[in-house]
Amino acid sequence: MKVPMSWFNDYTDISGITPKEYNDALTMSGSKVETIENMGESIQNVVTGKILEIEKHPDSDHMVICKVDVKDEILQIVTGAPNVKVGQIVPVAKNDSYLPNGVHIKTGKLRGVESQGMLCSHEELGLSEADLSWTPEYGILVLPENTEIGIDIKDIFGLNENVVEFEITSNRPDCFSVIGLARETAATFKKPFSVPKPKFSENSENITDTISVTVENPDKCLRYCARMVKNVKIGPSPAWLVHRLKASGIRSINNVVDITNYILLEYGQPMHAFDLRHLSGGKIVVRNAKDGEIIKTLDEQDRVLNSNDLVIADSEKAVAIAGVMGGFNSEIEDDTTTVIFESATFDAVSVRLTAQKSGLRTESSARFEKGLDPNNTVPAIERAAELIELLGCGENVGGMIDIKGNIKPQNVIKFRPDKINAFLGIDISKEEMAEYLKPLEIKVDMDKMELTPPSFRPDLEAEADIAEEIARFYGYNNIPNTLISGESTKGFYSPKQIFKKNLANLLTAQGLNEIFSFTFTTPTVFDKLNLPKDSPLRNTLKLRNPLGEDTSVMRTTTIGTMLDMLSYNYNHKNESAYLFEECKVFIPKNAGELPDEPEKLAIGMYKKGIDFFNIKGVLEALFDGLNIKGIAFERLTDNPIFHPGRAAKLTANGETVGVVGEIHPTVCENFEIGLPCYVAELDIEKIFSCVDDNVKYKALPKFPAAERDIAVLVDKETAVGELEATMIKASGEILEDIKLFDVYEGDRVPEGKKSVAFALKFRAADRSLASEEINRVFNKIVKDLEYKNKAQLR
Amino acid sequence: MKEQLSEIKKVAEEHLKKAQSVDALEELRVKYLGKKGELTAILKGMGALSAEERPKIGALANEVREFLSNEIDQKKAEMAKILRDAKLKSEMIDITMPGKKQEIGNLHPLTKVLNEFTDAVIGMGFQIAEGPDVETDYYNFEALNIPKNHPARDTQDSFYIEDNIVLRTQTSPMQIRVMENTKPPIRVIAPGMVYRSDSVDATHSPIFHQIEGLVVDKGITMADLKGTLEALIKSIYGNDAVCRFRPHHFPFTEPSLEADRQCFSCGGKGCSVCKGEGWIEILGGGMVHPKVLKNCGIDPEIYSGFAFGIGLERLVMGRYGINDIRLFFENDVKFLKQF
Repeated sequence: MKVPMSWFNDYTDISGITPKEYNDALTMSGSKVETIENMGESIQNVVTGKILEIEKHPDSDHMVICKVDVKDEILQIVTGAPNVKVGQIVPVAKNDSYLPNGVHIKTGKLRGVESQGMLCSHEELGLSEADLSWTPEYGILVLPENTEIGIDIKDIFGLNENVVEFEITSNRPDCFSVIGLARETAATFKKPFSVPKPKFSENSENITDTISVTVENPDKCLRYCARMVKNVKIGPSPAWLVHRLKASGIRSINNVVDITNYILLEYGQPMHAFDLRHLSGGKIVVRNAKDGEIIKTLDEQDRVLNSNDLVIADSEKAVAIAGVMGGFNSEIEDDTTTVIFESATFDAVSVRLTAQKSGLRTESSARFEKGLDPNNTVPAIERAAELIELLGCGENVGGMIDIKGNIKPQNVIKFRPDKINAFLGIDISKEEMAEYLKPLEIKVDMDKMELTPPSFRPDLEAEADIAEEIARFYGYNNIPNTLISGESTKGFYSPKQIFKKNLANLLTAQGLNEIFSFTFTTPTVFDKLNLPKDSPLRNTLKLRNPLGEDTSVMRTTTIGTMLDMLSYNYNHKNESAYLFEECKVFIPKNAGELPDEPEKLAIGMYKKGIDFFNIKGVLEALFDGLNIKGIAFERLTDNPIFHPGRAAKLTANGETVGVVGEIHPTVCENFEIGLPCYVAELDIEKIFSCVDDNVKYKALPKFPAAERDIAVLVDKETAVGELEATMIKASGEILEDIKLFDVYEGDRVPEGKKSVAFALKFRAADRSLASEEINRVFNKIVKDLEYKNKAQLR
Repeated sequence: MKEQLSEIKKVAEEHLKKAQSVDALEELRVKYLGKKGELTAILKGMGALSAEERPKIGALANEVREFLSNEIDQKKAEMAKILRDAKLKSEMIDITMPGKKQEIGNLHPLTKVLNEFTDAVIGMGFQIAEGPDVETDYYNFEALNIPKNHPARDTQDSFYIEDNIVLRTQTSPMQIRVMENTKPPIRVIAPGMVYRSDSVDATHSPIFHQIEGLVVDKGITMADLKGTLEALIKSIYGNDAVCRFRPHHFPFTEPSLEADRQCFSCGGKGCSVCKGEGWIEILGGGMVHPKVLKNCGIDPEIYSGFAFGIGLERLVMGRYGINDIRLFFENDVKFLKQF
């Protein structure tokens, strides 16, 4: 909502208040000022001057040299304008002046003669003919003879106007009007406020002789007022009206349309003007549309309506969609002679639904859908009649049609000053509270201790609303800042929240960077991931109204987004990227139910020279750091996202808790990543449940350990993990540790075989181990390896 | 014998002076003090001396032995030191060469600031609540006093899954979930991802994060809301952060407010960062609307509360001077490593 500041002086007094003061004060009392712009800001140093003498230019046929009195000095200005005459008062752009569009005027020479500025036309000042009350001649703008000299040109044309732009919140439809904002302004600066009652005369006829109004749906049409104007002379509006509309962002059309727009701004009351010629049968009917009824609106579009829409109709057809837009068929035209003004209140929800459905958001519907005051219709239509008379563009016909629908009764709110003080944390008297409420036209009954808000404030329903009004004018910043009293509460992170924080810290300590990615993705991600058509991951939650196809489904796996991020980094020339994310995936349930939202840990890495064991190591270190026990890596060959020979699933007690592996080269290609990359996805809840939270101290060893190395020759396919399992099983309690230290395939071992070497550490808690005991166990290990794993001791 | 001893001493002293290496010293030690050394030989021959002479010569011999032994040790130590010093000198390195560091990663800037925030509020007795990203219309709107067809729905263009299921447009539905499940006193914050149907540009993202705060108890006042928010703002922006509270409107709080922080760039004079206003909006909040309390089965005549919501991205952008919200979700490691 944009309002030229001076307009407020019609209802209150803001003289002497600077734009900055106004901005701060209104913002702090709840009418947030977005900007205050000065319309003539781009014009600098242009003043009125009187032409004293005119001399021929010695070197030019069409230019003349003028002596111009600008009060403080007499300037010599060269001009080519054909209309200059001695004695004229004209706009003078002095040395170092600015005109709209950044034109900078400086003293210079024109054909060898010094010119200390420029005489301006109205176009050069950014003015249109509509800004003037006379028709300018071609050339320099000649101002009225009685114009003072040496004064700023902006003062002559009201260009010093400051236009305030407000952010109006949806609960304050009353502030979508100059009067509403003037009321707030007056209350803020503690100034008097009044809206002059419109004065106008009527002829002896009565509107009811010409037309009748019927309201068929009083729930949706809360009030309908109509007045009639005859002998209408459609024409341009006067400059002041054009200026105000222009400053508020509305283009002037003609006097009658401008009046309705002026009322829209001033009273916040949408009005409509019908041409009587197009209202057949002399009837206005406010009714539900028929299903399938078509109306061509002002914007020349055919709109198909249904019975939920409210229309204004004559005896035959709909002539307007109530509160949204008028019909093309009843528009005011240049030859219109009789106008019916409508000033009505329509139900907010009904207007909103119709506007939404038809995609028609107008100045009118935007106001109606916030809930307008049915008591505003009469003053607004009377103001229209006053303006008709003031502009001399018609004759007001006597009488007004006024039909009331089902208007909600006024709220009465209990006034409990103690409660309000306690709620706000302040301590002021009920009288002081009343002082804040009265300028807002809230009736305060100190006997009954009751408050009655005005009908234009439907947002004031209960005590809390009143508390806000008091707080606004008491000043939010005068309310003390206190700390919460009462029963103390204990603040803490839940064990799982701590787990997740630790998890992130352990991963960053290993060189991984945390990322945040979008939870919605493209449905084509599953093809890029090589997933078969029947993969359960393809069953996604779909957005009905996505921004685009590429963000249209909620992800069911984090691997796609992780690969997107690796790809982004790869293609932005980052040599390596080690990334992780703690995030949700979305697994649909039945229609109407919310999905499951399990949390996942995603890890992704690429760097020249790393392999599967780098990412496996990250996980192992993570599990060590988090005290996660009992997670096994099992070979995974059938997940199409991964390299069939370089992937594992992570299991705990037989349940899969995650996957890790090298991404399948085809998938890498699909994501345009030119290096092998490694990705893991783990279920956070499941690994959290593997945390050993029953940690007890174990005594440090008192007896020495014995170390033995073992090297065996096995089939190439034999897994180290299987060998380790055999050794652990074979050795009972005294095997403390196994460390793999060499795997060799090549010339020195037979084809199809590999040599694997481990360092074994034996120790008993209660004695020094004798070499016979160790030998016995070692021999059993060798035997079991031979038997179970077909290993040969080297 | 006495002469013999002083002769040994004299000669040994000469030798000692000439000795230039640890090995040479060791040779001398063997020569004089060793089992077959000259001094040892004399001591062995002492048996032939008279009982009267024996202690005198013995004392003298011991004196010589001690003297030589000390001299050798001392000289050895000196030489060792020279050798060590020479070695240390030869071992000098260029300590300006880079360290062998374990490359460490970084938490996302959103997490870093969120962690600071949660640490601060935990100290104020808050717990951290969580809730679903995919929400019912009831929790996201209705229970928050935003009925169907309420104009406030316009400002939060929602992504719909079904008629009554949306991607949450705000973290506020978690207020309802907490109040339904917890008896006052309640002090929680609930951070989370939120979704709005906004096209992506430098300041808009269809996915961003909010931090919701909720306090419900007997006797909670608007002054408490202001005091809590001021404390939080100072814990985030530092003790000299200047803030102001101005009225605003949210359907689920009454009275409602927005908090502005004085522009860090111009100190309130107005500049391009604050778009000339001198202030930068940082959060919204208010007293929990009585209708919302009632919707959750909490009697507004007995209890009152306040709630607030902060946009995390904006907070982090202000904190680090980041000028494009898209950077958060592109995750370029050159960006991630900066914080």
